[in-house]
Amino acid sequence: MKYSYFPGCSLEKNAASYDVSTRAVASRLGMQFTEIEDWNCCGATEYVSLNLTAAYSLIARNLAQATKNTGLDQVVAPCSACYLNLRKADKVLGQDARLADRVGKALAAGGLSYKPGSLHVRHLLDVLYQDIGLEALTAAVTKPLTGLRVAPYYGCMIVRPSFHNGGEDPEYPISLDKILKALGAEVVDYPMKAHCCGGHMTQISEDTGFEMIRRLIKGADDYQTDVIATICPMCQLNLDGFQGAMNRHFSTNYHIPVLYFTQLIGLAMGMAPKDMGIGDEIVSAAKALTKIGTAVEPEPAGPARRKKDDKSLPMPSRGGGVA
Amino acid sequence: MHRKSASNPFLEEVVATAPGGDALRTCLQCGTCGGSCPSGPDMDHTPRMLFAMINGGMREQVLRSNTPWYCVSCYYCTVRCPKEIPITEIMYALKRLAVRDGVYDDTTAPDFSKTFIHWVEEYGRSFELGLMGVHMIRHNPFGAFKIMDMGVGMVTKGRMGFAPTRIKALDGLKRILAKAKELEAQA
Amino acid sequence: MSEKVGVYICHCGSNIAGTVDVVELAKFAGELPGVTVSREYKFMCSSLGQELVAEDIQKQGLTRVVVGACSPHLHEKTFRRACATAGLNPYLMQMASLREQVSWVTEDKALALDKAKAMISGAVRRVQLQEELEPTPVPVNPNTLVVGGGVAGIQAALELADAGYPVFMVEREPSIGGHMAQFDKTFPTLDCSACILTPKMSDVGTHDKITLLSYAEVEEVTGFVGNFHVRIRKRARGVDEKDCTGCGICIEKCPRKVVDEVFEAGMGYRKAIYRPFPQAVPKFPVIDRANCTFYERGTCKACEKFCPTNAIKFDQEDSFLDLDIGNIILATGWDLFDARRLSQFGYGRLANVFTNLEFERLCNAAGPTDGKIVLRDGVTEPKSIALVHCVGSRDKTTNPQCSAVCCMAALKFGHLVMEKTQAEVTSFYIDIRAPHKNYEEFYDRLQDEGMHFVRGRVAEVTDAARRPEEEGKLIVQVEDTLVGKQRRLPFDMVVLMSGLQPRADAKEVGLRFGISCSMDGWFTERHPKLDPVATMTDGIFIAGVCQGPKDIPDSVAQGAAAASRIQGMIARGTVMIEPVVATIHEEHCSGCRICNNLCPFNAIEFLAEKGVSYINAALCKGCGTCVAACPAQAISGAHFNNQQINAEIEGLLYDAVRGNGGAPKPVAVPA
Repeated sequence: MKYSYFPGCSLEKNAASYDVSTRAVASRLGMQFTEIEDWNCCGATEYVSLNLTAAYSLIARNLAQATKNTGLDQVVAPCSACYLNLRKADKVLGQDARLADRVGKALAAGGLSYKPGSLHVRHLLDVLYQDIGLEALTAAVTKPLTGLRVAPYYGCMIVRPSFHNGGEDPEYPISLDKILKALGAEVVDYPMKAHCCGGHMTQISEDTGFEMIRRLIKGADDYQTDVIATICPMCQLNLDGFQGAMNRHFSTNYHIPVLYFTQLIGLAMGMAPKDMGIGDEIVSAAKALTKIGTAVEPEPAGPARRKKDDKSLPMPSRGGGVA
Repeated sequence: MHRKSASNPFLEEVVATAPGGDALRTCLQCGTCGGSCPSGPDMDHTPRMLFAMINGGMREQVLRSNTPWYCVSCYYCTVRCPKEIPITEIMYALKRLAVRDGVYDDTTAPDFSKTFIHWVEEYGRSFELGLMGVHMIRHNPFGAFKIMDMGVGMVTKGRMGFAPTRIKALDGLKRILAKAKELEAQA
Repeated sequence: MSEKVGVYICHCGSNIAGTVDVVELAKFAGELPGVTVSREYKFMCSSLGQELVAEDIQKQGLTRVVVGACSPHLHEKTFRRACATAGLNPYLMQMASLREQVSWVTEDKALALDKAKAMISGAVRRVQLQEELEPTPVPVNPNTLVVGGGVAGIQAALELADAGYPVFMVEREPSIGGHMAQFDKTFPTLDCSACILTPKMSDVGTHDKITLLSYAEVEEVTGFVGNFHVRIRKRARGVDEKDCTGCGICIEKCPRKVVDEVFEAGMGYRKAIYRPFPQAVPKFPVIDRANCTFYERGTCKACEKFCPTNAIKFDQEDSFLDLDIGNIILATGWDLFDARRLSQFGYGRLANVFTNLEFERLCNAAGPTDGKIVLRDGVTEPKSIALVHCVGSRDKTTNPQCSAVCCMAALKFGHLVMEKTQAEVTSFYIDIRAPHKNYEEFYDRLQDEGMHFVRGRVAEVTDAARRPEEEGKLIVQVEDTLVGKQRRLPFDMVVLMSGLQPRADAKEVGLRFGISCSMDGWFTERHPKLDPVATMTDGIFIAGVCQGPKDIPDSVAQGAAAASRIQGMIARGTVMIEPVVATIHEEHCSGCRICNNLCPFNAIEFLAEKGVSYINAALCKGCGTCVAACPAQAISGAHFNNQQINAEIEGLLYDAVRGNGGAPKPVAVPA
């Protein structure tokens, strides 16, 4: 399984642990990642707010560079914003002929070209879920994360808009839940799992930015979460890096570590925490991770028999809601 | 087939700038967007209100509104809108219009985007320290103290880059972006 | 002998005359070979216009008539009738559509006149080759099949039966009643739904003219209007209807409890042997074999043991019934939108989010909580209830249509909540749709009673609290559009007004009867304004929500309308089959059977003994597909034979040219 790899700016330094754990996990699972040559910043949500043609040209340069990896038509991006930008650009350039024409001319000024539709852009989570699959992941687990309550946090840009989310429910996705379950963790039914981390709002308005972070941390805390698992460096920075400032802003005292899902996969596959970049997080995960391997209450065997005086009404079943 | 509005050129302008923007004509004013928006409570106008204002031809007020700048691109509005209006993309379009015409009251968000892109245009990659540094000095001088622990943490854990990374084909990128801006201005 | 053609050019007010020079056109027509009289008149469809035609036929001995006017879809019947009244065979009349095909497609007067001349020429040539045709009368069987025992079907059945005609009602569920039997009260009168429905159900069950086939489905339909043959599968109840007294002991003694997904909308339980509800018609229970211990393991048999009349028959099998039917009414109703598809509302995940059907069962005194409005725990009374409108309606991502009844149902729920509890109730709406008699007054009443209204489509329902006062509640997040702000309001219970959608198998069922569904899945009526209960297939009618969302009064009206149409046909005794059909000339047919599968109306069969194909004239609609396809040209289409078509083409292409001074004219292509 070979892919072109687009790390994105964050994975260089700020989210180096995501990069390191991703490469290690990929290698263990037999995936070959070839970094795109001389890639540039995707522009995040910033360039599209300023100049349309320049924004799409900036993104398209990466797609053009990716085509230099001959024979590789799958591009995998671990960062949700990079993923959305690359995927959206490929789609929009294929549909808007006038924009595509301008972008094509701009790329040509740099000696490059890209034909929309020639690459399949994928998010890392999707690649692990679909291409590797739960069975292979489960088989690779040697140190299950039993005893660890993990809240799967998808953020927004991987599941919305829905044209690119591989059929996942844009409000309640489950692929990461299932992966975490395969790792042996206790998966929290986290109601905020696809809510927004706020992106760059902390720098625009502290009240707004910190409030959005607070909602997510509180939501996880309400469900006794040990660790939040993320799939995007912006989300990680917001929830982890700004957790202290958020606490001070609201006089709260949350302490929930935020790790990348690939770090957890690596741990479950028996890799050393240091090799996974564990310890890079601002809110330390050390204490939470000591819970791994602790005893868990066994699942009740079979469906419980309904007691005689149980007046409760049934919840909708698979076939419910349709008369 | 849509009848273009001669009496409301602003509506036509907005519809033309976003792919699928024609759906804006069918807005029910149901409020799903305003109800879904996580940063909605802090906006001058809810997204729905903004669309009513666009329909009312209120160009100046719309472009001066902080609403698009408070959009976090979470796309909740877009996936829930019963008329499939590409709301987030319209927000981007409004930001671009505001920047092009220099029409916005609060400069915080536009400046942030411009600063971010400044580093990208200079080096080909984003540069967080430069971005935060410039932005905080200009817009939130005491903010640095509030996130001191994060700053220190990032440095000690090796997550802080002290210098921007320069891509190899930087000249090529600069030519690409210059050409792109030239073509955008003509479009 | 040459024909005497009368040509009539209609002005249609200014619709035609505004673009086409009708005087010039009439003059041109008057000079065509075969034309005896040529007139132009303001409104040919008026009585005076028709009298013009009739008079000329009688006084001038016209043998053919051409009318240049609107589309034949509108007035072909009118002018045919005018000819028939005057003694001329109606099929010796031809219309040229000067409005839809000329004056309504161009503003260029010169082009319009050219085309009009061409079309009149074509019609004049063609009509002289047309032949007298007679429609075929076929008898109408007085038996009617009503498919679906909801309120629309029940109304239709009773009206036909009361008129003295036999009715066969087929209902898929063990009892008739449909969705209306599930409701508590009906808006705006607040009648108890079952109380007004069960007398009708009882009438159906006891009527000597109605044969009720419940727990049954229609397997196959063949034939044509007035003469259908229907095969019905009566599913095996496991109970012998001859012996069962309906005492209900079997139900009492059955040890297996199952969630009732259908009648109780998943809110309550029933036994493996069950009646859907106490007033079920017929009274005979049904064994749900998928959940019965006997069919699973061969043990139990409690029902058989305790049945005083030995009516339990485990080995009962499905049986089949073949019926001769004259007309069919489909009144198959609707399915509820599955609210789990819109996960932002939390249905299926958050315990105290209910659908409208579930809430009906809660309110219903015969329901799982004896009419008490309680939370999912079955005990706690909610103090605050939110009603969310437009769930799966008015939404391009799910169902684009408005479901017509939910606004009124929400008002009704508001009233029931305030009548039965101390709770406060709030409606979250985009619009309040209250169009019919006393509906707006009902809205006013609820406002007066103290129901709250917030205009905004709910964005999400969540249990993730942001502030202490939100803890433990269901939060409805919405933009209050009249205030212009996002609000988060806490509630104990949320009821989703899920929309109405077509039955999951509507398309399949439609095909079985030979009717189609529109793009949005409802059965297609013949004309949405003027003929909402007939379909394009003669003899098949639709009534109730299966034709589109509507309330009970409209469903009843449609059931009655369909019954009335059928009564008219039965009273006449025969129905006329249009003679514009195709005929296979046996002597030319080689038996290749290419035409058999091409016929969209399944009108062609192969006669094996003769080795030729044969067209059933009653099913044939005269579309011409087989005529064109036959490699031996063995099929001719009446009223559209080769000579007639060629004559029309000649008229279109050549006469107008000559009329323009002789020089061949290049084809005028619009700029």
